[in-house]
Amino acid sequence: MTLNADIPASPYADLTPPLTAVQALAESNRCLFCYDAACVRACPTGIDIPSFIRSIATGNLKGAATTILSDNIMGGTCARVCPTETLCEQACVRNTAEERPVAIGRLQRHATDHLFARKGPHPFARAASTGKRVAVVGAGPAGLSCAHRLATLGHEVTVYEAKPKSGGLNEYGLAPYKMADDFAQREVAFILEIGGITIEHGRRLGADLSLETLRAEFDAVFLGVGLGGNNLLNIPGEERDGVENATAFIERVRQATPDAPVAVGRSVVVIGGGNTAIDAAIQAKRLGAEDVTLVYRRGRGQMGATAWEQELAQTNGVVLKTFAAPVAIDAQGITLERTRLEDGKLVSTGERYSLPAAMILKAVGQTLAREALDGLTIAGGKIVIDDDHRASLDTVYAGGDCVASGEDLTVQSVQDGKLAALAIHRHLTA
Amino acid sequence: MADLRSTIAGIRSPNPFWLASAPPTDKLTNVVRAFQAGWGGVVWKTLGEDPPVVNVSSRYGAHLDNERKLIGLNNIELISDRPLEVNLQEIIQVKRDWPDRAMVVSLMARIEEEAWAGLARRIAATGAVDGLELNLGCPHGMCERGMGSAIGQVPEMVEQVTRWVKNATNLPVIVKLTPNITNILWSAEAAKRGGADAVSLINTVNSIVAVDLDAMAPTPVVDGKGSHGGYCGPAVKPIALNMVAEIARNPDTAGLPVSGIGGVTNWRDAAEFLALGATNVQVCTAAMTFGFKIVEDMISGLSNWMDDKGYANLDQLSGRAVRNVVNWNDLNMNFSTKAVIDPALCIDCGRCHIVCEDTSHQAIRIDQGEGRRIFTVVNEECVGCNLCSHVCPVPDCITMQPEENGLPPMTWPNDPRNPMRAAAAE
Repeated sequence: MTLNADIPASPYADLTPPLTAVQALAESNRCLFCYDAACVRACPTGIDIPSFIRSIATGNLKGAATTILSDNIMGGTCARVCPTETLCEQACVRNTAEERPVAIGRLQRHATDHLFARKGPHPFARAASTGKRVAVVGAGPAGLSCAHRLATLGHEVTVYEAKPKSGGLNEYGLAPYKMADDFAQREVAFILEIGGITIEHGRRLGADLSLETLRAEFDAVFLGVGLGGNNLLNIPGEERDGVENATAFIERVRQATPDAPVAVGRSVVVIGGGNTAIDAAIQAKRLGAEDVTLVYRRGRGQMGATAWEQELAQTNGVVLKTFAAPVAIDAQGITLERTRLEDGKLVSTGERYSLPAAMILKAVGQTLAREALDGLTIAGGKIVIDDDHRASLDTVYAGGDCVASGEDLTVQSVQDGKLAALAIHRHLTA
Repeated sequence: MADLRSTIAGIRSPNPFWLASAPPTDKLTNVVRAFQAGWGGVVWKTLGEDPPVVNVSSRYGAHLDNERKLIGLNNIELISDRPLEVNLQEIIQVKRDWPDRAMVVSLMARIEEEAWAGLARRIAATGAVDGLELNLGCPHGMCERGMGSAIGQVPEMVEQVTRWVKNATNLPVIVKLTPNITNILWSAEAAKRGGADAVSLINTVNSIVAVDLDAMAPTPVVDGKGSHGGYCGPAVKPIALNMVAEIARNPDTAGLPVSGIGGVTNWRDAAEFLALGATNVQVCTAAMTFGFKIVEDMISGLSNWMDDKGYANLDQLSGRAVRNVVNWNDLNMNFSTKAVIDPALCIDCGRCHIVCEDTSHQAIRIDQGEGRRIFTVVNEECVGCNLCSHVCPVPDCITMQPEENGLPPMTWPNDPRNPMRAAAAE
């Protein structure tokens, strides 16, 4: 499944290839069609997994895809990027006796790829127009999920997006080896096929757009603005050339074309322990870096990246160095200090060493850009919402990474957008 | 090592695994390959009078499960489509090269004595044949010409044909019975009256195995049309087992040797046929699905299992389950068994619960355990139907455990709840 690091592969090729028809048949038949299945309970969007897998087994691929997309309109992206090993596949009862779950994520991709490949009619139809208008800020997973559900329910939606393309992190933040063949844009096009959704690009909240105006002009506003800022290391040399946020690096890689790939240094150091750090490290390696080292100040068990992601990095030739806290960056590379855990607290040992690095990528967390969110209650760096995804201002709802609804995952954002849309619909039709 | 040597109707073979009369035994090449693989005998594919029949193109249809496992095969092939003399010469050569293997030849003819007797005599004249098997069962094609099941479905004809062939040669005669009847005993008894040395069953079940939903025609599709054909393979085993048992426990046919046919795929299937009274078994679909090599595991599996159970030879095993096959009226109404779920083996799929809840007796309760559900049988509601144990994906997780109730065995005719008994007592 993973590529041998010794074998040069296109940095833009699928790391996990699609299942063949034969593989999908065999794998779908491993599903036990559990009652009140644990995998469904483990999916933030509650996809009816046993039903869609049974549809694959019976040759009803369109039915399988429709089941998936009715709960999660970004089922195609989630099939590629979800940490299934900590969600549905961790819950799969096949783990108990066989220690090998059904490959739910790959089956989900099999079904959704089928639907995307065929030129059939859109599986969902819009309800009659309600005459209500909703503004959605951010064309990422939360915003598009919300927009799609609202449009399906008959509302008119205008989406405001700062960047030139829609898709949010699906387009700009996920390593290309997870989202090969321009999948993010194909998915956006599919979502917009429902009708009733207009996207205005280059419109950023706080620039030419204010929350106050949106509230005045629309019946409701949904904020899916994500986390626009990046944490700083706050160490000397951080501003040097060759030091970059991992998110910006991935964005550059994603927007480059295969014939003119992003240049990487001979030795690359990635700082951080989350999935963004893993994505950046593997991507740097696949772009031709000789040595890629991921440094993290705590241990493997404390990393945000799942064990599967960590292993993926290792099998792709990335060296993981843990208990290594960055202290300074200079022209040669980075200086690190060894750390250890003492009664659960991280302490420094005072012992230092250096790694050469032509390129240093920072993946130490993102922050909410608060500038344009005046009037909204913010706590813990997130927009505060109630059980209906309502923010502290009337008719304003929020979801995705900018709220504290769960883990910062695509699948959670899709669920936030969906639930917020249902709440907005209840509010507008009450 | 258990002794697997087998004798049926005087015909000996080194093991009880024969290939049934069918495509795998159509010609020398195949039969030699079968004997090289270890098969104990063959029933050569049915010979008829010249000129040979002509077959159509596209001959088999399949019943596949979701995983493309073949659970049933259907065919519209006729009897041997090669000249009689070619077949006979090959039979002579194979028997010369493989004298220890059983060589039985299947035959089929018009319902005329000279047709059957003449064909039987020509086959016997080879001197290479251990026995004859009468094909009275093909439910497709040949029956439209008054042969195959058209004969096998009429007990008087079964008896008549058997007698004709018995009188024509000294060879043992095995009468192959069709399952496409209302009562297998009628044709089995007719065969016995006619002098049959043994019966073999079942022949294929009349069937449409599938419909090609694009061609809108039954499969196999022959230029846009299909016909009913003969169904065989694992899916027909239960039908065959019942018919074999019916013959074994019927006083008029008890003792008539039976060659068991129908979905035998592994040694366990064979052991089941033998336990219900068969003397040996014939195999076709399993070989057509996997090739001849499967006989190796059939032989070693049966032998190892017999060693474990202490059966020294096939005679000790054959018919061992027959006395336990009874009519419903002879079952013990006071017997009670309950499902027991082993929480240590349970993987929390919930299928036992939902099938009991939706389709049976609402007898499996769910309690929330630590990080998983705990499934418990509610004894008061459980009728011991077994459904949960059959749908559970984990072997031995759900077992049926008889309940001690201190009640003596009691059959329905003696049961006070039986209204007919009350009426009879008055």
